[in-house]
Amino acid sequence: MQKKFGGSAIFLDRSDINTDEIIPAKYLTEVTKEALTPYILEDLTLTGFDPKGDALKNAGVVISRENFGCGSSREHAPWVFEVNDVHTIIAESYARIFRQNMFNCGMLAIELPKEDIDQLIALQQNGKVEIAVDLEGQQIIATAGCEEKSFSFAVSPFDKALVNAGGWVEFADARY
Amino acid sequence: MGKTLAEKIFDAHLKDEPFPGTKVLSLDRVLCHEITTPVAIADLVWRNKDRVFDRDKIKVVIDHVPPSKDSKTATQAKILREWARRHEIPDFFDVGHNGVCHAIFPEKGYIRPGFTAIMGDSHTCTHGAFGAFAAGVGTTDLEVGILKGVCAFREPTTIRVNLNGELPAGVYAKDVILYVIAQLGVNGATDRVIEFRGPIVEQMSMEARMTLCNMAIEAGGTCGICMPDMTTVDYLWSFIQAEFASKEAALADYRKWVSDADAVYDRVMDIDVSVLEPQVTFGYKPDCVKPVSEMAGTPVDQIYIGTCTNGRIEDLRQAAAVLKGKKVADSVRGIVSPATPKIFSQALEEGIIKVFMDAGFCVTNPTCGACLGMSNGVLAEDEVCAATSNRNFNGRMGKGGMVHLMSPSTAAATAITGVITDARTL
Repeated sequence: MQKKFGGSAIFLDRSDINTDEIIPAKYLTEVTKEALTPYILEDLTLTGFDPKGDALKNAGVVISRENFGCGSSREHAPWVFEVNDVHTIIAESYARIFRQNMFNCGMLAIELPKEDIDQLIALQQNGKVEIAVDLEGQQIIATAGCEEKSFSFAVSPFDKALVNAGGWVEFADARY
Repeated sequence: MGKTLAEKIFDAHLKDEPFPGTKVLSLDRVLCHEITTPVAIADLVWRNKDRVFDRDKIKVVIDHVPPSKDSKTATQAKILREWARRHEIPDFFDVGHNGVCHAIFPEKGYIRPGFTAIMGDSHTCTHGAFGAFAAGVGTTDLEVGILKGVCAFREPTTIRVNLNGELPAGVYAKDVILYVIAQLGVNGATDRVIEFRGPIVEQMSMEARMTLCNMAIEAGGTCGICMPDMTTVDYLWSFIQAEFASKEAALADYRKWVSDADAVYDRVMDIDVSVLEPQVTFGYKPDCVKPVSEMAGTPVDQIYIGTCTNGRIEDLRQAAAVLKGKKVADSVRGIVSPATPKIFSQALEEGIIKVFMDAGFCVTNPTCGACLGMSNGVLAEDEVCAATSNRNFNGRMGKGGMVHLMSPSTAAATAITGVITDARTL
């Protein structure tokens, strides 16, 4: 079943945010996804960002820079987003394994060029940024206050099929 | 038009291309450890699909936190152990027989030229040293691998790194790969295979080649890869001698797993290692690298020698050569973790363990342990570790801790003085 995408955005304005920052290794001893919930982004130190704050609690979308999710292969990183209802990541680029893990879980790792990320970040001046995702039309609509901007994105047929199927297990099980 | 080795392996293993550019490969090896596999097992059970595609192609080890340190890690080990038993997986390495996955699986001869392998561990790229395509994946890819024996990839392009010149005494594979990562950057090889070529690689042992390939992921690479040659055959001979009439016959067969001379590369880098100094990282990314001369004198609190990067016998020999007859400085503590029981035994026989113990090192059982801040040497806030591991992320070895990556030789010299030290100056 397809997940729900979009929602309030939280901005992590730095490149190379790694999976140790998203979910520290000491929590990898959990054997359920749900148990990871309180530890989201616990080790990320970034000016203005509070891992225990309301902005993250209410977020449905994370927006970041280059090479998001680098480092360890731990799928606990997409899972900790999933259990916190963040099903959409928008970044300039991703580490391969993290990106694949997102789509394998039926979630969206959308790539936008730097100029678009700059515009999204600037949009915050008008208030809280809300993101709507039109997967079929491959468009993002970002609104803040009275401002609205749209961005188109590319998604490969395979990635779209994974999202539609609800993930790679469902897709592979039906096909192989 | 010629093909790269990675392209040849993809062609030979292509099971399906559901969409243009998406290649679903059949897998020769699915490797499992206790951190990323239990959730896959639980999901398979929940889906009523608790099966394995081929028990002989699945290799299993408890390596991240053995022996278990608490109830949670004991539960992870128990889930993996019971799963391996119920599916009668013959190659399962429990406490007492276990070692760091990327050291023990090659040591058992499980990885061969031309193979495909996945594991829920980013440093799976290590196994490319054998001329294989080996990639770190997440738990979902691992789960499908266990169930169906397949994995999907976008076909990666290849960056060829020619290592030329002559490696100076006291400069090792670790120094070379740190330098290469600094040139590529932490995402310079994303979605790419890094092919290590040239006379330096040809002269390297399998251990050194594994050190090179191990850190391909630190530049974002899907896999590091070396061309199989007589060194590969020699390493594997005890496992393959029934298959081939002679080593020459094995080599002739394995040469099909070599990139063509006219293969097309995404990028070719030529690096002359003749002037290379030992390398050390600073900061919190593995591409933040400086020559040791610029880092010398930096105080540390702990020295950690081991891991899937540098916990093999050759690494321990290098460190012991520096440590012999010397003592660990009073201001620091030294920890060494031989990567497998076989390496541990070999180090005992060669007197290497005695050298470490006489110097004042703590010798631990084979485990990933402190490398990722799990056990056996976790750092406190503001502490600094000189480590032979592969990641220097902020807090990687413990919240608020700092890690400097370096070779076993530099780490040993640093243990003696208590500050980052070029072993060649001792």
